[in-house]
Amino acid sequence: MARTDDLTADEAHARARGHAALPLPTFLGALARGSMHAIVILAVLVGWEVVARSGMVTPFMLPAFSAVLERIWTDATTGELFINIGLTLYRALTGFFIAAAGGIVLGMAMSRSVGVNWLFDPIISVGFPMPKIAFLPVVILWLGFYDVSKISMVVLDAIFPVVTATLAGIRGVERELIWSARNMGANDRELLWQIIFPAALPQIMTGLQVALPIALIVAVVAEMMMGGYGLGGGMMTASRFADSRGVFAGIVEIAVVGYCLVKGMALIRRRLLLWHQEALEPSTA
Amino acid sequence: MKTFWRYLPLLLLALAWEAIARLELVSSLALPPLSAVIASWFDLIKSGELVTNGASSLYRAAAGLGLSIVVGTTLGIFMAWWRPVNALLSPIVEVFYPMPKSALIPVTVLWLGFGDGSKILLIFLGCMLPITIGAFNGARSSDQALVWSARSMGAGRLRVLRDVVLPSAMPELLNGIRTALALSFILLVSSELIVARQGFGYLIGFLGANGSYEPMFAVVLTVAFLGFAADRAYQAIVRRVLLWREQTI
Repeated sequence: MARTDDLTADEAHARARGHAALPLPTFLGALARGSMHAIVILAVLVGWEVVARSGMVTPFMLPAFSAVLERIWTDATTGELFINIGLTLYRALTGFFIAAAGGIVLGMAMSRSVGVNWLFDPIISVGFPMPKIAFLPVVILWLGFYDVSKISMVVLDAIFPVVTATLAGIRGVERELIWSARNMGANDRELLWQIIFPAALPQIMTGLQVALPIALIVAVVAEMMMGGYGLGGGMMTASRFADSRGVFAGIVEIAVVGYCLVKGMALIRRRLLLWHQEALEPSTA
Repeated sequence: MKTFWRYLPLLLLALAWEAIARLELVSSLALPPLSAVIASWFDLIKSGELVTNGASSLYRAAAGLGLSIVVGTTLGIFMAWWRPVNALLSPIVEVFYPMPKSALIPVTVLWLGFGDGSKILLIFLGCMLPITIGAFNGARSSDQALVWSARSMGAGRLRVLRDVVLPSAMPELLNGIRTALALSFILLVSSELIVARQGFGYLIGFLGANGSYEPMFAVVLTVAFLGFAADRAYQAIVRRVLLWREQTI
């Protein structure tokens, strides 16, 4: 209730702003947004540092940000940081690429053939909402504790959004487009790769954008469960030794890696879909 | 009949499982027959293990998800309605959204220990952002003309919030909650698999470590089914709630 009261108090202000805001040139807008982001993130980090140093919490509960950075720096100089990041990325990305290729092929096959669709449709629709991570012990039982089981787990989790997005994308292709291509003499293969695939690409990219963070999450959780090297494994080791700096260093590292992956994927999308009308919309800026 | 035909592949999959296990194409340790798994599921129910562990898991998921729905919705609508809050919070949301929330498992354990608290906190933190974003997008997209007409007809701010903004935010908000529902199961199971003394994940890990794979498969399938069933039940409820909207689309 208090929150909505605050709303009323600021009503005139907010409305005035809403009406007065002239559309800034998009470049300036992006610049302003970007610097605002940087300021807020900086403020959060400074807040972290202040809270940790103020003595309100023990360093065990919340080590200072500077101490965590120092820890990351030490890890970087010994090279352990790069081993961990490299291993986690290797597992997540290998799984992601297998899931991407497999998901797109399966989605295409399902959209082209009634039989394949009949076979896989219930498996996909039942499997998608399941918490697949629960199968991790089964995967370990079958494939052991090494990379194969981690990567398989990533594939198992990341393939579902790709398949459903591919299916939705292909089903959404305009019929006129297919008819005209047929009319101009395209055969099945040309139709698939030159018409249907590009037309479905925006949706497929959306599916891949969903699958990529999933791949990272699953890789990290699998590492946490199985231990050893990798960002997740490193964090679990630190946690067992009650080394809270190590744990927070792991969080910062994973957050940065995740952020870079998501931003990189958005960049690739913009590159791949330059020809598409969505690139013209200001919303993607 | 149509449903049967549609879900026949799943039945075939179950039969194939049984056949592969019975014919000992793979070791029965790696893949116990489905019938044996079902039998051990009934044993687990009878001994009460599945029920007590399941109850504590579901309590954690419900508490975390409930908290995140309340806080996330408030935050999202607040962000859509008041620019300074949006300017302040949207960078934070944007940075933390892609961050894998499972990374917080060891921290929540450091803070709150091995019990319920750390799982509830984890699920709360993980589920809050999708709901916040759903509520924000929904509330932001509410038709300005509707808001203005409600205002001009004398509705107060609170009234507009309740009768215009909240209903028009509903579809996106409910979509966000659906994402959060799936996430809550994932976070629950992964945190319990890694550190817990109770719950589905703990039971799976415990049975697996003891080499009793039949009950382990039974618990894994139970969790998977619960996740699926929760999603379907949620969708059925959403369809009910949004019935009024269906006509306009």
